[in-house]
Amino acid sequence: MTSAAPSVGVPLAPRPGRAKRIGRSVAYYAPAIAVFVGVIGLWEIAIRAFEVRAVIVPAPSAIGAALVENWGAGRWPLFDAARATLFEALGGLVIGTLAGLAVAFGVSRWANARDAVLPAAIAANAIPIIAIAPIFNAWFGVTNPLSKMMVAALLVFFPVMINVTRGLTQVEPAAIELMRSYAASEWAVLRKVRVPNALPFFLTALKVATTLSLIGAIVGEYFGGASGVIGRVVVQSASALRFDVTWAAILLGAVAGISLYLAVVLLERWLIPWHASVRREEPG
Amino acid sequence: MTDQPDRAASVVRISGVDKEFSAGGRVVTTALSGIDLDIRRGEFVSLIGPSGCGKSTLLRLIGDLIAPTAGSVEVNGKPAHAARLGREYGMVFQAPVLFEWRSVEDNVKLPLELLGMARSERETRARQMLDLVELGEFRGHHPHQLSGGMQQRVAIARALALQPAILLMDEPFGALDEMTRERMNSEVLRIWQQTGTTIVFVTHSIPEAVFLSTRVVVMSPRPGRITRVVDVPLGQPRNDDTREEPRYFQVVTEVREALRAGGGLGGESTGASDDRLAAEGRVG
Repeated sequence: MTSAAPSVGVPLAPRPGRAKRIGRSVAYYAPAIAVFVGVIGLWEIAIRAFEVRAVIVPAPSAIGAALVENWGAGRWPLFDAARATLFEALGGLVIGTLAGLAVAFGVSRWANARDAVLPAAIAANAIPIIAIAPIFNAWFGVTNPLSKMMVAALLVFFPVMINVTRGLTQVEPAAIELMRSYAASEWAVLRKVRVPNALPFFLTALKVATTLSLIGAIVGEYFGGASGVIGRVVVQSASALRFDVTWAAILLGAVAGISLYLAVVLLERWLIPWHASVRREEPG
Repeated sequence: MTDQPDRAASVVRISGVDKEFSAGGRVVTTALSGIDLDIRRGEFVSLIGPSGCGKSTLLRLIGDLIAPTAGSVEVNGKPAHAARLGREYGMVFQAPVLFEWRSVEDNVKLPLELLGMARSERETRARQMLDLVELGEFRGHHPHQLSGGMQQRVAIARALALQPAILLMDEPFGALDEMTRERMNSEVLRIWQQTGTTIVFVTHSIPEAVFLSTRVVVMSPRPGRITRVVDVPLGQPRNDDTREEPRYFQVVTEVREALRAGGGLGGESTGASDDRLAAEGRVG
Protein backbone atom coordinates (compact mmCIF):
# COMPACT_ATOMS: atom_id res chain seq x y z
CA MET A 1 0.00 0.00 0.00
CA THR A 2 1.35 3.38 -0.90
CA SER A 3 0.54 5.94 1.72
CA ALA A 4 -1.37 9.03 0.72
CA ALA A 5 0.89 11.94 -0.16
CA PRO A 6 0.11 14.87 2.11
CA SER A 7 -1.89 17.32 0.06
CA VAL A 8 0.47 20.24 0.54
CA GLY A 9 -0.83 23.41 -0.96
CA VAL A 10 -3.95 21.99 -2.56
CA PRO A 11 -7.45 21.59 -1.18
CA LEU A 12 -8.25 18.05 -0.04
CA ALA A 13 -9.08 15.52 -2.73
CA PRO A 14 -12.55 13.97 -2.43
CA ARG A 15 -12.68 10.59 -0.70
CA PRO A 16 -12.62 7.62 -3.08
CA GLY A 17 -15.90 5.79 -3.75
CA ARG A 18 -17.32 3.18 -1.40
CA ALA A 19 -16.62 0.17 -3.65
CA LYS A 20 -13.04 1.29 -4.12
CA ARG A 21 -12.54 1.71 -0.38
CA ILE A 22 -13.91 -1.79 0.35
CA GLY A 23 -11.64 -3.21 -2.35
CA ARG A 24 -8.64 -1.56 -0.73
CA SER A 25 -9.61 -2.84 2.71
CA VAL A 26 -9.81 -6.41 1.37
CA ALA A 27 -6.41 -6.02 -0.30
CA TYR A 28 -5.06 -4.68 2.99
CA TYR A 29 -6.31 -7.50 5.21
CA ALA A 30 -5.97 -10.42 2.76
CA PRO A 31 -2.32 -11.31 3.57
CA ALA A 32 -2.98 -11.46 7.33
CA ILE A 33 -6.05 -13.66 6.83
CA ALA A 34 -4.15 -15.93 4.41
CA VAL A 35 -1.33 -16.45 6.93
CA PHE A 36 -3.80 -17.18 9.73
CA VAL A 37 -5.80 -19.72 7.70
CA GLY A 38 -2.58 -21.27 6.38
CA VAL A 39 -1.16 -21.85 9.87
CA ILE A 40 -4.40 -23.45 11.09
CA GLY A 41 -4.47 -25.67 7.97
CA LEU A 42 -0.83 -26.79 8.37
CA TRP A 43 -1.45 -27.50 12.05
CA GLU A 44 -4.42 -29.75 11.23
CA ILE A 45 -2.50 -31.57 8.48
CA ALA A 46 0.57 -32.08 10.68
CA ILE A 47 -1.49 -33.52 13.58
CA ARG A 48 -3.19 -35.99 11.21
CA ALA A 49 -0.08 -36.91 9.22
CA PHE A 50 2.12 -37.61 12.27
CA GLU A 51 -0.74 -38.95 14.43
CA VAL A 52 0.13 -36.65 17.33
CA ARG A 53 -1.79 -37.60 20.46
CA ALA A 54 -4.43 -35.12 21.63
CA VAL A 55 -2.79 -34.97 25.09
CA ILE A 56 0.25 -33.30 23.50
CA VAL A 57 -1.41 -31.06 20.92
CA PRO A 58 -5.05 -31.41 19.89
CA ALA A 59 -5.97 -30.73 16.25
CA PRO A 60 -7.76 -27.44 15.48
CA SER A 61 -10.82 -29.45 14.53
CA ALA A 62 -10.83 -31.14 17.96
CA ILE A 63 -10.48 -27.77 19.70
CA GLY A 64 -13.37 -26.48 17.58
CA ALA A 65 -15.47 -29.48 18.53
CA ALA A 66 -14.68 -28.99 22.24
CA LEU A 67 -15.63 -25.34 21.91
CA VAL A 68 -19.02 -26.16 20.38
CA GLU A 69 -19.67 -29.03 22.80
CA ASN A 70 -18.84 -26.96 25.90
CA TRP A 71 -20.17 -23.63 24.69
CA GLY A 72 -23.17 -23.48 27.02
CA ALA A 73 -23.29 -26.92 28.62
CA GLY A 74 -21.21 -29.72 30.14
CA ARG A 75 -18.79 -29.59 33.03
CA TRP A 76 -17.12 -26.43 31.74
CA PRO A 77 -19.58 -24.00 30.09
CA LEU A 78 -17.01 -21.93 28.17
CA PHE A 79 -19.10 -18.94 27.15
CA ASP A 80 -20.10 -18.17 30.74
CA ALA A 81 -16.49 -18.66 31.84
CA ALA A 82 -15.21 -16.22 29.22
CA ARG A 83 -17.89 -13.70 30.17
CA ALA A 84 -17.04 -13.93 33.87
CA THR A 85 -13.31 -13.52 33.19
CA LEU A 86 -13.92 -10.62 30.82
CA PHE A 87 -16.00 -8.97 33.54
CA GLU A 88 -13.12 -9.28 36.01
CA ALA A 89 -10.62 -8.01 33.45
CA LEU A 90 -12.83 -5.02 32.59
CA GLY A 91 -13.30 -4.21 36.27
CA GLY A 92 -9.55 -4.31 36.78
CA LEU A 93 -9.01 -2.22 33.66
CA VAL A 94 -11.35 0.48 34.94
CA ILE A 95 -9.94 0.54 38.48
CA GLY A 96 -6.31 0.46 37.32
CA THR A 97 -6.88 3.11 34.64
CA LEU A 98 -8.68 5.48 36.99
CA ALA A 99 -5.96 5.07 39.63
CA GLY A 100 -3.24 5.53 37.00
CA LEU A 101 -4.91 8.68 35.65
CA ALA A 102 -5.41 10.14 39.12
CA VAL A 103 -1.77 9.63 40.11
CA ALA A 104 -0.53 10.89 36.71
CA PHE A 105 -2.49 14.15 37.02
CA GLY A 106 -1.31 14.66 40.60
CA VAL A 107 2.29 13.83 39.83
CA SER A 108 2.47 16.09 36.78
CA ARG A 109 0.90 19.00 38.65
CA TRP A 110 2.92 18.90 41.86
CA ALA A 111 6.64 18.14 41.72
CA ASN A 112 6.55 17.20 45.44
CA ALA A 113 3.96 14.54 44.74
CA ARG A 114 6.19 13.12 42.03
CA ASP A 115 9.08 12.65 44.44
CA ALA A 116 6.81 11.11 47.05
CA VAL A 117 4.73 8.81 44.86
CA LEU A 118 7.01 7.66 42.06
CA PRO A 119 9.31 5.41 44.14
CA ALA A 120 6.28 3.69 45.66
CA ALA A 121 4.74 3.20 42.22
CA ILE A 122 7.96 1.74 40.84
CA ALA A 123 8.21 -0.58 43.85
CA ALA A 124 4.59 -1.69 43.30
CA ASN A 125 5.41 -2.41 39.68
CA ALA A 126 8.39 -4.53 40.68
CA ILE A 127 6.25 -6.92 42.76
CA PRO A 128 5.90 -10.25 40.94
CA ILE A 129 2.22 -10.51 40.10
CA ILE A 130 2.23 -14.27 40.79
CA ALA A 131 3.21 -13.53 44.37
CA ILE A 132 0.58 -10.89 44.98
CA ALA A 133 -2.39 -12.86 43.59
CA PRO A 134 -2.84 -15.21 46.57
CA ILE A 135 -2.51 -12.25 48.95
CA PHE A 136 -5.24 -10.32 47.13
CA ASN A 137 -7.39 -13.46 47.22
CA ALA A 138 -7.02 -13.40 51.00
CA TRP A 139 -7.64 -9.66 51.28
CA PHE A 140 -10.65 -9.25 49.02
CA GLY A 141 -12.17 -12.73 49.36
CA VAL A 142 -11.18 -15.66 47.21
CA THR A 143 -14.64 -16.02 45.65
CA ASN A 144 -15.16 -12.28 45.28
CA PRO A 145 -14.45 -11.15 41.67
CA LEU A 146 -12.92 -8.01 43.23
CA SER A 147 -9.82 -9.99 44.25
CA LYS A 148 -9.17 -10.80 40.56
CA MET A 149 -9.98 -7.25 39.50
CA MET A 150 -7.39 -5.90 41.91
CA VAL A 151 -4.67 -8.14 40.46
CA ALA A 152 -5.59 -6.88 36.99
CA ALA A 153 -5.75 -3.29 38.27
CA LEU A 154 -2.25 -3.53 39.73
CA LEU A 155 -0.91 -4.63 36.34
CA VAL A 156 -2.82 -1.91 34.48
CA PHE A 157 -1.95 0.92 36.85
CA PHE A 158 1.72 1.30 36.02
CA PRO A 159 1.76 1.66 32.23
CA VAL A 160 -1.21 4.04 32.38
CA MET A 161 0.36 6.16 35.12
CA ILE A 162 3.80 6.36 33.48
CA ASN A 163 2.52 7.06 29.96
CA VAL A 164 -0.06 9.66 30.95
CA THR A 165 2.49 11.44 33.15
CA ARG A 166 4.81 11.56 30.19
CA GLY A 167 2.07 12.89 27.92
CA LEU A 168 1.08 15.58 30.41
CA THR A 169 4.63 16.77 31.02
CA GLN A 170 6.41 16.28 27.70
CA VAL A 171 4.91 19.32 26.01
CA GLU A 172 6.90 21.43 23.56
CA PRO A 173 8.44 24.25 25.64
CA ALA A 174 7.44 26.73 22.91
CA ALA A 175 3.80 25.67 23.36
CA ILE A 176 4.02 26.62 27.04
CA GLU A 177 5.68 29.94 26.13
CA LEU A 178 2.91 30.58 23.62
CA MET A 179 0.26 29.99 26.27
CA ARG A 180 2.16 32.21 28.73
CA SER A 181 2.33 35.00 26.17
CA TYR A 182 -1.48 34.89 26.16
CA ALA A 183 -1.50 34.96 29.97
CA ALA A 184 -3.25 31.59 30.01
CA SER A 185 -4.04 30.04 33.40
CA GLU A 186 -2.56 26.69 34.51
CA TRP A 187 -6.02 25.25 34.09
CA ALA A 188 -6.26 26.48 30.49
CA VAL A 189 -2.82 25.05 29.72
CA LEU A 190 -3.93 21.72 31.16
CA ARG A 191 -7.18 21.67 29.23
CA LYS A 192 -5.99 23.02 25.90
CA VAL A 193 -2.43 21.68 25.71
CA ARG A 194 -1.48 19.02 28.24
CA VAL A 195 -4.57 16.80 28.06
CA PRO A 196 -4.77 16.66 24.23
CA ASN A 197 -1.02 16.09 24.17
CA ALA A 198 -1.42 13.17 26.60
CA LEU A 199 -4.26 11.46 24.71
CA PRO A 200 -2.06 9.45 22.29
CA PHE A 201 0.13 8.36 25.23
CA PHE A 202 -2.96 7.31 27.17
CA LEU A 203 -4.39 5.26 24.32
CA THR A 204 -1.07 3.50 23.73
CA ALA A 205 -1.02 2.57 27.42
CA LEU A 206 -4.63 1.44 27.24
CA LYS A 207 -3.83 -0.98 24.40
CA VAL A 208 -1.13 -2.63 26.50
CA ALA A 209 -3.44 -2.51 29.51
CA THR A 210 -6.22 -4.52 27.81
CA THR A 211 -3.94 -7.55 27.44
CA LEU A 212 -2.47 -7.05 30.91
CA SER A 213 -5.92 -6.90 32.51
CA LEU A 214 -6.82 -10.32 31.11
CA ILE A 215 -3.51 -11.79 32.24
CA GLY A 216 -4.10 -10.31 35.70
CA ALA A 217 -7.62 -11.72 35.95
CA ILE A 218 -6.58 -15.22 34.82
CA VAL A 219 -3.52 -15.29 37.12
CA GLY A 220 -5.83 -14.34 39.99
CA GLU A 221 -8.15 -17.20 39.07
CA TYR A 222 -5.29 -19.68 39.07
CA PHE A 223 -4.88 -19.23 42.79
CA GLY A 224 -8.39 -20.32 43.60
CA GLY A 225 -11.89 -18.98 43.62
CA ALA A 226 -15.27 -19.79 42.14
CA SER A 227 -15.15 -22.06 39.10
CA GLY A 228 -16.80 -21.05 35.87
CA VAL A 229 -13.99 -18.71 34.90
CA ILE A 230 -11.28 -19.19 32.25
CA GLY A 231 -8.45 -19.65 34.76
CA ARG A 232 -10.31 -22.36 36.68
CA VAL A 233 -11.40 -24.13 33.48
CA VAL A 234 -7.77 -24.24 32.31
CA VAL A 235 -6.58 -25.71 35.64
CA GLN A 236 -9.41 -28.24 35.94
CA SER A 237 -9.54 -29.42 32.32
CA ALA A 238 -5.76 -29.82 32.18
CA SER A 239 -5.72 -31.95 35.31
CA ALA A 240 -8.53 -34.05 33.75
CA LEU A 241 -6.32 -34.38 30.62
CA ARG A 242 -9.06 -32.70 28.54
CA PHE A 243 -6.56 -30.57 26.66
CA ASP A 244 -9.01 -29.87 23.86
CA VAL A 245 -11.11 -27.98 26.42
CA THR A 246 -7.98 -26.28 27.80
CA TRP A 247 -7.08 -25.04 24.34
CA ALA A 248 -10.64 -23.94 23.69
CA ALA A 249 -10.60 -21.95 26.94
CA ILE A 250 -7.28 -20.34 25.99
CA LEU A 251 -8.72 -19.49 22.58
CA LEU A 252 -11.71 -17.78 24.17
CA GLY A 253 -9.42 -15.85 26.51
CA ALA A 254 -7.48 -14.65 23.47
CA VAL A 255 -10.69 -13.65 21.70
CA ALA A 256 -11.72 -11.66 24.79
CA GLY A 257 -8.33 -9.93 24.78
CA ILE A 258 -8.54 -9.11 21.08
CA SER A 259 -12.04 -7.65 21.48
CA LEU A 260 -10.84 -5.37 24.27
CA TYR A 261 -7.91 -4.31 22.12
CA LEU A 262 -10.12 -3.57 19.12
CA ALA A 263 -12.44 -1.56 21.33
CA VAL A 264 -9.47 0.65 22.25
CA VAL A 265 -8.52 0.98 18.57
CA LEU A 266 -12.03 2.26 17.84
CA LEU A 267 -11.81 4.61 20.81
CA GLU A 268 -8.52 5.88 19.41
CA ARG A 269 -10.00 6.63 16.00
CA TRP A 270 -12.79 8.53 17.66
CA LEU A 271 -10.64 10.45 20.16
CA ILE A 272 -7.49 11.26 18.18
CA PRO A 273 -8.27 11.16 14.45
CA TRP A 274 -5.63 13.89 14.04
CA HIS A 275 -2.74 11.81 15.36
CA ALA A 276 -0.11 10.36 13.00
CA SER A 277 -0.60 6.80 14.31
CA VAL A 278 -4.28 6.86 13.34
CA ARG A 279 -3.88 8.81 10.10
CA ARG A 280 -1.47 6.26 8.66
CA GLU A 281 -4.04 3.49 8.94
CA GLU A 282 -6.42 5.25 6.56
CA PRO A 283 -6.41 3.17 3.38
CA GLY A 284 -5.75 5.16 0.25
CA MET B 1 0.00 53.12 4.68
CA THR B 2 -3.39 54.39 5.62
CA ASP B 3 -4.11 56.26 8.82
CA GLN B 4 -0.57 56.88 10.04
CA PRO B 5 -0.60 56.36 13.84
CA ASP B 6 1.16 58.70 16.23
CA ARG B 7 4.78 57.99 15.45
CA ALA B 8 6.15 59.68 18.51
CA ALA B 9 4.51 57.33 20.99
CA SER B 10 6.80 54.67 22.45
CA VAL B 11 5.41 51.15 22.43
CA VAL B 12 8.50 49.65 24.04
CA ARG B 13 10.77 51.46 26.45
CA ILE B 14 13.73 49.49 27.77
CA SER B 15 16.07 51.24 30.19
CA GLY B 16 19.17 49.98 31.94
CA VAL B 17 18.30 46.32 31.54
CA ASP B 18 20.71 43.60 32.66
CA LYS B 19 19.89 39.91 32.50
CA GLU B 20 21.92 37.30 34.33
CA PHE B 21 21.21 33.61 34.44
CA SER B 22 22.15 31.93 37.71
CA ALA B 23 22.42 28.34 38.84
CA GLY B 24 22.74 27.38 42.49
CA GLY B 25 23.01 31.00 43.61
CA ARG B 26 25.94 31.78 41.29
CA VAL B 27 25.74 33.90 38.16
CA VAL B 28 26.53 31.60 35.25
CA THR B 29 25.98 33.90 32.27
CA THR B 30 25.53 37.58 31.82
CA ALA B 31 23.18 37.44 28.84
CA LEU B 32 22.47 41.17 28.54
CA SER B 33 24.19 44.21 29.95
CA GLY B 34 23.12 47.87 29.96
CA ILE B 35 20.36 47.66 27.36
CA ASP B 36 18.51 50.88 26.48
CA LEU B 37 16.06 50.84 23.59
CA ASP B 38 12.94 52.73 22.57
CA ILE B 39 10.60 51.37 19.92
CA ARG B 40 7.97 53.71 18.53
CA ARG B 41 4.47 52.81 17.44
CA GLY B 42 4.31 51.28 13.98
CA GLU B 43 8.05 50.60 13.75
CA PHE B 44 9.57 47.42 12.38
CA VAL B 45 12.70 46.75 14.44
CA SER B 46 15.07 43.83 13.87
CA LEU B 47 17.46 42.51 16.51
CA ILE B 48 20.50 41.02 14.84
CA GLY B 49 23.67 39.45 16.17
CA PRO B 50 25.56 36.17 16.41
CA SER B 51 24.27 33.28 18.50
CA GLY B 52 24.73 33.99 22.17
CA CYS B 53 24.36 37.76 21.86
CA GLY B 54 21.09 37.64 23.79
CA LYS B 55 18.75 38.79 21.02
CA SER B 56 16.16 36.10 21.81
CA THR B 57 16.60 36.86 25.51
CA LEU B 58 15.86 40.51 24.82
CA LEU B 59 12.72 39.53 22.88
CA ARG B 60 11.58 37.37 25.79
CA LEU B 61 12.17 40.25 28.20
CA ILE B 62 9.94 42.49 26.09
CA GLY B 63 7.30 39.74 26.09
CA ASP B 64 7.60 39.18 29.87
CA LEU B 65 8.40 35.52 29.37
CA ILE B 66 11.45 36.17 31.57
CA ALA B 67 12.16 39.02 34.01
CA PRO B 68 15.19 41.34 33.91
CA THR B 69 17.81 41.17 36.67
CA ALA B 70 18.02 44.96 36.68
CA GLY B 71 16.35 47.82 34.82
CA SER B 72 12.83 48.14 33.49
CA VAL B 73 10.82 47.11 30.45
CA GLU B 74 7.70 49.09 29.66
CA VAL B 75 5.21 48.24 26.96
CA ASN B 76 2.41 50.63 26.05
CA GLY B 77 3.30 52.75 29.06
CA LYS B 78 3.01 49.98 31.63
CA PRO B 79 5.32 47.27 32.95
CA ALA B 80 5.76 44.35 30.56
CA HIS B 81 4.10 42.04 33.09
CA ALA B 82 0.91 44.11 33.08
CA ALA B 83 1.01 44.22 29.27
CA ARG B 84 1.20 40.42 29.11
CA LEU B 85 -1.72 40.03 31.51
CA GLY B 86 -3.56 42.56 29.34
CA ARG B 87 -2.90 40.27 26.36
CA GLU B 88 -1.14 42.91 24.32
CA TYR B 89 1.35 40.55 22.69
CA GLY B 90 1.37 38.33 19.66
CA MET B 91 4.26 35.87 19.46
CA VAL B 92 5.69 33.86 16.58
CA PHE B 93 8.46 31.36 17.24
CA GLN B 94 10.94 29.61 14.96
CA ALA B 95 8.68 26.53 14.99
CA PRO B 96 5.04 27.25 14.09
CA VAL B 97 3.84 25.59 17.37
CA LEU B 98 0.46 24.69 15.91
CA PHE B 99 -1.61 22.14 17.80
CA GLU B 100 -2.12 19.08 15.63
CA TRP B 101 -5.46 18.27 17.26
CA ARG B 102 -6.90 21.56 16.07
CA SER B 103 -7.80 22.55 12.53
CA VAL B 104 -6.11 25.59 11.02
CA GLU B 105 -9.09 27.75 11.95
CA ASP B 106 -9.27 26.39 15.50
CA ASN B 107 -5.57 27.09 15.98
CA VAL B 108 -6.20 30.73 15.10
CA LYS B 109 -9.15 30.77 17.52
CA LEU B 110 -7.04 29.61 20.47
CA PRO B 111 -6.13 33.09 21.81
CA LEU B 112 -9.72 34.24 21.24
CA GLU B 113 -10.98 31.36 23.39
CA LEU B 114 -8.50 32.31 26.11
CA LEU B 115 -9.85 35.84 25.97
CA GLY B 116 -13.39 34.50 26.38
CA MET B 117 -14.64 36.02 23.14
CA ALA B 118 -18.14 34.99 21.99
CA ARG B 119 -18.31 32.07 19.57
CA SER B 120 -19.71 33.97 16.60
CA GLU B 121 -17.19 36.75 17.02
CA ARG B 122 -14.35 34.18 17.19
CA GLU B 123 -15.56 32.74 13.92
CA THR B 124 -15.52 36.10 12.16
CA ARG B 125 -12.16 37.16 13.56
CA ALA B 126 -10.46 33.84 12.73
CA ARG B 127 -11.67 34.08 9.13
CA GLN B 128 -10.48 37.67 8.82
CA MET B 129 -7.04 36.66 10.06
CA LEU B 130 -6.81 33.66 7.71
CA ASP B 131 -7.84 35.88 4.81
CA LEU B 132 -5.14 38.33 5.87
CA VAL B 133 -2.46 35.64 5.48
CA GLU B 134 -4.24 34.36 2.35
CA LEU B 135 -5.09 30.93 3.78
CA GLY B 136 -8.87 31.35 3.89
CA GLU B 137 -9.56 28.25 1.84
CA PHE B 138 -7.39 26.09 4.11
CA ARG B 139 -9.24 26.83 7.33
CA GLY B 140 -10.62 23.27 7.61
CA HIS B 141 -7.23 21.64 7.04
CA HIS B 142 -5.06 20.22 9.77
CA PRO B 143 -1.53 21.58 10.28
CA HIS B 144 0.18 18.43 8.93
CA GLN B 145 -1.51 19.03 5.58
CA LEU B 146 0.26 22.37 5.11
CA SER B 147 3.81 23.20 4.03
CA GLY B 148 6.26 24.79 6.47
CA GLY B 149 5.71 28.28 5.09
CA MET B 150 1.94 27.93 5.27
CA GLN B 151 2.14 26.67 8.85
CA GLN B 152 4.17 29.74 9.78
CA ARG B 153 1.52 31.94 8.14
CA VAL B 154 -1.11 30.27 10.33
CA ALA B 155 1.09 31.07 13.33
CA ILE B 156 1.18 34.71 12.22
CA ALA B 157 -2.60 34.77 11.81
CA ARG B 158 -2.92 33.38 15.34
CA ALA B 159 -0.48 35.95 16.71
CA LEU B 160 -2.47 38.79 15.12
CA ALA B 161 -5.87 37.45 16.16
CA LEU B 162 -5.99 39.52 19.34
CA GLN B 163 -4.92 42.59 17.35
CA PRO B 164 -1.95 43.00 19.67
CA ALA B 165 -0.11 46.26 20.31
CA ILE B 166 3.11 44.51 19.45
CA LEU B 167 4.13 41.45 17.47
CA LEU B 168 7.25 39.61 18.67
CA MET B 169 8.88 37.30 16.14
CA ASP B 170 11.77 35.02 17.13
CA GLU B 171 13.62 33.88 13.99
CA PRO B 172 10.28 32.93 12.44
CA PHE B 173 11.70 31.97 9.07
CA GLY B 174 14.97 30.43 10.24
CA ALA B 175 13.78 26.93 9.38
CA LEU B 176 12.57 27.79 5.87
CA ASP B 177 14.48 27.58 2.59
CA GLU B 178 15.78 30.79 1.02
CA MET B 179 13.02 31.08 -1.62
CA THR B 180 10.21 30.58 0.87
CA ARG B 181 11.91 32.93 3.29
CA GLU B 182 11.98 35.76 0.75
CA ARG B 183 8.31 35.19 -0.05
CA MET B 184 7.47 35.21 3.66
CA ASN B 185 9.44 38.43 4.11
CA SER B 186 7.30 40.19 1.51
CA GLU B 187 4.22 38.68 3.17
CA VAL B 188 5.18 40.04 6.59
CA LEU B 189 5.82 43.49 5.14
CA ARG B 190 2.40 43.46 3.50
CA ILE B 191 0.73 42.43 6.79
CA TRP B 192 2.71 45.06 8.71
CA GLN B 193 1.52 47.77 6.32
CA GLN B 194 -2.06 46.53 6.35
CA THR B 195 -2.33 46.29 10.14
CA GLY B 196 0.09 48.97 11.34
CA THR B 197 1.26 46.62 14.12
CA THR B 198 4.61 47.33 15.77
CA ILE B 199 6.96 44.41 15.05
CA VAL B 200 10.12 43.30 16.84
CA PHE B 201 11.91 40.69 14.77
CA VAL B 202 14.87 38.52 15.80
CA THR B 203 17.06 37.21 13.00
CA HIS B 204 20.64 36.29 12.21
CA SER B 205 20.27 37.08 8.52
CA ILE B 206 21.57 40.51 7.51
CA PRO B 207 19.61 40.71 4.22
CA GLU B 208 16.40 39.76 5.99
CA ALA B 209 16.91 42.37 8.70
CA VAL B 210 17.65 45.16 6.21
CA PHE B 211 14.83 44.26 3.83
CA LEU B 212 12.20 44.19 6.58
CA SER B 213 13.13 46.84 9.09
CA THR B 214 12.86 50.53 9.64
CA ARG B 215 15.70 50.13 12.15
CA VAL B 216 18.24 47.34 12.71
CA VAL B 217 19.55 46.87 16.24
CA VAL B 218 23.03 45.32 16.08
CA MET B 219 24.11 43.29 19.10
CA SER B 220 27.40 41.77 20.24
CA PRO B 221 27.95 38.75 22.47
CA ARG B 222 29.40 38.07 25.94
CA PRO B 223 27.84 40.01 27.48
CA GLY B 224 25.03 40.92 25.09
CA ARG B 225 25.06 44.64 24.31
CA ILE B 226 23.60 46.91 21.67
CA THR B 227 26.58 48.11 19.67
CA ARG B 228 24.74 50.11 17.03
CA VAL B 229 21.32 51.01 15.77
CA VAL B 230 21.24 51.33 11.98
CA ASP B 231 18.42 53.31 10.34
CA VAL B 232 17.19 51.81 7.10
CA PRO B 233 16.33 54.70 4.75
CA LEU B 234 14.55 52.52 2.17
CA GLY B 235 11.12 53.64 1.01
CA GLN B 236 7.82 51.79 1.35
CA PRO B 237 6.37 49.65 0.01
CA ARG B 238 9.35 47.41 -0.51
CA ASN B 239 9.40 44.60 -3.04
CA ASP B 240 11.80 42.37 -4.95
CA ASP B 241 13.26 45.42 -6.68
CA THR B 242 14.24 46.82 -3.28
CA ARG B 243 16.74 43.96 -2.95
CA GLU B 244 18.55 45.29 -6.03
CA GLU B 245 18.76 48.94 -5.05
CA PRO B 246 22.26 50.34 -4.36
CA ARG B 247 21.01 51.85 -1.10
CA TYR B 248 19.93 48.37 0.03
CA PHE B 249 23.47 47.08 -0.47
CA GLN B 250 24.87 50.09 1.34
CA VAL B 251 22.77 49.35 4.42
CA VAL B 252 23.63 45.64 4.26
CA THR B 253 27.31 46.60 4.25
CA GLU B 254 26.78 49.04 7.09
CA VAL B 255 25.10 46.37 9.25
CA ARG B 256 27.80 43.85 8.41
CA GLU B 257 30.52 46.29 9.43
CA ALA B 258 28.70 47.08 12.65
CA LEU B 259 28.55 43.36 13.41
CA ARG B 260 32.25 42.97 12.67
CA ALA B 261 33.14 45.95 14.83
CA GLY B 262 31.14 44.41 17.68
CA GLY B 263 33.04 41.12 17.34
CA GLY B 264 30.11 39.42 15.73
CA LEU B 265 31.71 38.71 12.37
CA GLY B 266 35.08 37.30 11.28
CA GLY B 267 38.38 38.70 12.63
CA GLU B 268 39.01 38.42 16.35
CA SER B 269 35.95 36.33 17.23
CA THR B 270 35.75 32.75 16.02
CA GLY B 271 33.27 29.99 16.51
CA ALA B 272 30.75 27.91 14.60
CA SER B 273 27.89 30.36 15.05
CA ASP B 274 30.00 33.24 13.79
CA ASP B 275 31.00 31.26 10.71
CA ARG B 276 27.37 30.56 10.00
CA LEU B 277 26.58 34.25 10.26
CA ALA B 278 29.49 35.13 7.98
CA ALA B 279 28.15 32.71 5.39
CA GLU B 280 24.74 34.32 5.64
CA GLY B 281 26.23 37.76 5.23
CA ARG B 282 27.89 36.78 2.00
CA VAL B 283 24.51 36.00 0.47
CA GLY B 284 23.51 39.66 0.71
